Amino acid sequence: MKHPHTLARLAAAAAATALALTACGTTDDSGGDDGDSGSAACDLKIGYMGAQTGDYANLGLNMLGGVNVALDEYNTEHSDCKVTLEKYDSQGDPEKATPLATKAVQDDKLIGLVGPSFSGETEATGPTFAEAGLVTVSPSATNPALSTNGWDTFHRVLGNDDTQAPAAATFITGTLGAKKVFVVDDASEYGKGLADGVADSLGGAVTDRDTVQQKQTDFSATVTKVKAADVDALFYGGYYAEAGLLSKQLKAAGWTGTFVSGDGSLDPGFIQAGGIDGSFLTCPCAPSPDDFAAKFKELNGADPGTYSAEAYDAATVLLSGIGEGNDTREALLDWVNNYDADGITKHIKFDETGEVSGVSVFAYEVKGGKILPGEPIE
Amino acid sequence: MVHPALVQMFPDFPLLFDHFFSFTVTGLANGSVYALVALGYTMVYGVLQLINFAHSEVFMYGTFAVVWTVYFLGGDKQTSVGAMVWMLAIAMVVAMATSAGVALLLERFAYRPLIKRDAPKLVALISAIGASFMLAETMGLRSEIAGWFGLSDKLDFYVSRSRDTKGLTIDVPQTTVFTLGDYGVTSTDILVIGSALLMMIFLDQYVRRSRMGRGIRAVAQDPESAALMGVNSTRVVQVTFLLGGVMAGAAATLYMIRIGATKFDAGFILGVKAFTAAVMGGIGNLRGALLGGLVLGVAENWGSALFGTEWKDIVAFVLLVFILLFRPSGLLGEALGKARA
Repeated sequence: MKHPHTLARLAAAAAATALALTACGTTDDSGGDDGDSGSAACDLKIGYMGAQTGDYANLGLNMLGGVNVALDEYNTEHSDCKVTLEKYDSQGDPEKATPLATKAVQDDKLIGLVGPSFSGETEATGPTFAEAGLVTVSPSATNPALSTNGWDTFHRVLGNDDTQAPAAATFITGTLGAKKVFVVDDASEYGKGLADGVADSLGGAVTDRDTVQQKQTDFSATVTKVKAADVDALFYGGYYAEAGLLSKQLKAAGWTGTFVSGDGSLDPGFIQAGGIDGSFLTCPCAPSPDDFAAKFKELNGADPGTYSAEAYDAATVLLSGIGEGNDTREALLDWVNNYDADGITKHIKFDETGEVSGVSVFAYEVKGGKILPGEPIE
Repeated sequence: MVHPALVQMFPDFPLLFDHFFSFTVTGLANGSVYALVALGYTMVYGVLQLINFAHSEVFMYGTFAVVWTVYFLGGDKQTSVGAMVWMLAIAMVVAMATSAGVALLLERFAYRPLIKRDAPKLVALISAIGASFMLAETMGLRSEIAGWFGLSDKLDFYVSRSRDTKGLTIDVPQTTVFTLGDYGVTSTDILVIGSALLMMIFLDQYVRRSRMGRGIRAVAQDPESAALMGVNSTRVVQVTFLLGGVMAGAAATLYMIRIGATKFDAGFILGVKAFTAAVMGGIGNLRGALLGGLVLGVAENWGSALFGTEWKDIVAFVLLVFILLFRPSGLLGEALGKARA
């Protein structure tokens, strides 16, 4: 296990040296024109990798909007020396993300990347970024295993699924006071993982479980089982489309318990799919502060959503480094590794595996056909 | 890791028997939707010996017609039950017209040119699969299409988040009408199962008794002789697609009343299920489509009860294989053409 690791380190060092040399070259060429820009390097780029089209476009655009706000703020402040954004539309698909990652590391001007947004694509592209020494800060990849690969370049600005599951369990038994809980998952890597975690934390409170399928629309059998189990609450590990339909069909069948689901359901699509009032959606992501929300709306023409604020924080971590004159991949990676400042979602400081400190999980209530701002789970 | 409390009997017979009627009636309601969509597959097959794989999209366009019509008529969460009945009735007519229109377009552009040139059946099949993708993606990309014409803001409700689930803007209430064993049969169950049965009886009688029905049966039996006897086979094929579309539109309305939300790819899985129902009952056989749909719906729910919901498709398809082993032409395995008046 040691050997490939050393090799990767060597390769990373070589790549970094090569880049540093290239960067020097460009500075020499253009240095004369903008002597006053001083600390900040010019014509540099940061990237954003995530879905912008396809089935997960909504979630990806939430994040891209957050990056846009951070970039707009930076470029207003540094109008003589702007940073541009390079967008890599992976559609959230690991297979599409891999060639994009290769493209990204070959772009000499690109010294930092927000993303990749989903766990699958992060897993697939991690080695490429680590090898090239290109620092990545993900606003949304929550698979716990991602930080155990020894990639020095990997960072995320939110808690992983291991933090969400116990918090969701605490919320269900504590805040909601539920004694008996039914746990359902959608058999997806994410949904089953989260549901398993919640079930483990709930322990004896779990009376029964069921597994449904993604794209399923008729949940009558599950509804019958839930009613038969006579539970106070149901936790669903999965995504919003099925979550909305399931909650609606439960209510229509006369079930009166509380429907709880995770961050995969935290999207206006939950309401569209029939998500019922009185449901709670947990997420390691923080609600958007008002002034950020206003800027977001002004710039993107839409309200911020899940992970918008995290994406803003992730972009800010990178941009502030560029503003401080870190104009190589090596320097920016070092900057991120030593980052220690308040973001809009939490205090941001990474441990050596790239996990952020000061994680909190929020519960978002659904009321009046809207998802209300989340409250931290104690 | 499964908690010790979850170790239960596998298969879970007590659960199924304790809640037998609940699993069965909801399965019948779901199966009714399968049955109505299955009719479209079975009729086209009966007449043309072709599997119209794009029929799933005929259904999907119907579901969107329901959502849009209800919204256009001003339906929201405060809409009274009386107004809702009217809205859904109008939506059903619009959905039937939309689905029939899509079915006719399919016939005109994806089939007729091929049939005229005597293309092999395989070519028509590929044409249908292509048409299916095209129709689904067009629905999924409707926001972009509206963007070309600068209508994104004007049509916001209709086109925004076009790859995402779109829900009915009204809440159709459910009331328990009577109790059957462990289960309170709801108004929706009765509406869905009742409507499906009525539509089936109507279609069955139409094909058996009307002049056009005789034409359909004649073409199904022997297209050449039918043509010699003066049956306009192009017209017969058109009517077959039209009827399949109307039934899919009805299915779409019932589906939206039961499920309440749709998506650009909602037709795919339902289409596969409906096609399965058609084969199970005997493809080309109208009554078989009904029986196949209901059996499939109930089998799925029983499978869910016994083994867990993730096993329901396996149970349903193993059942299909068993039925076909003993009755290779399906439960009622009689072709459309052989039905006697």
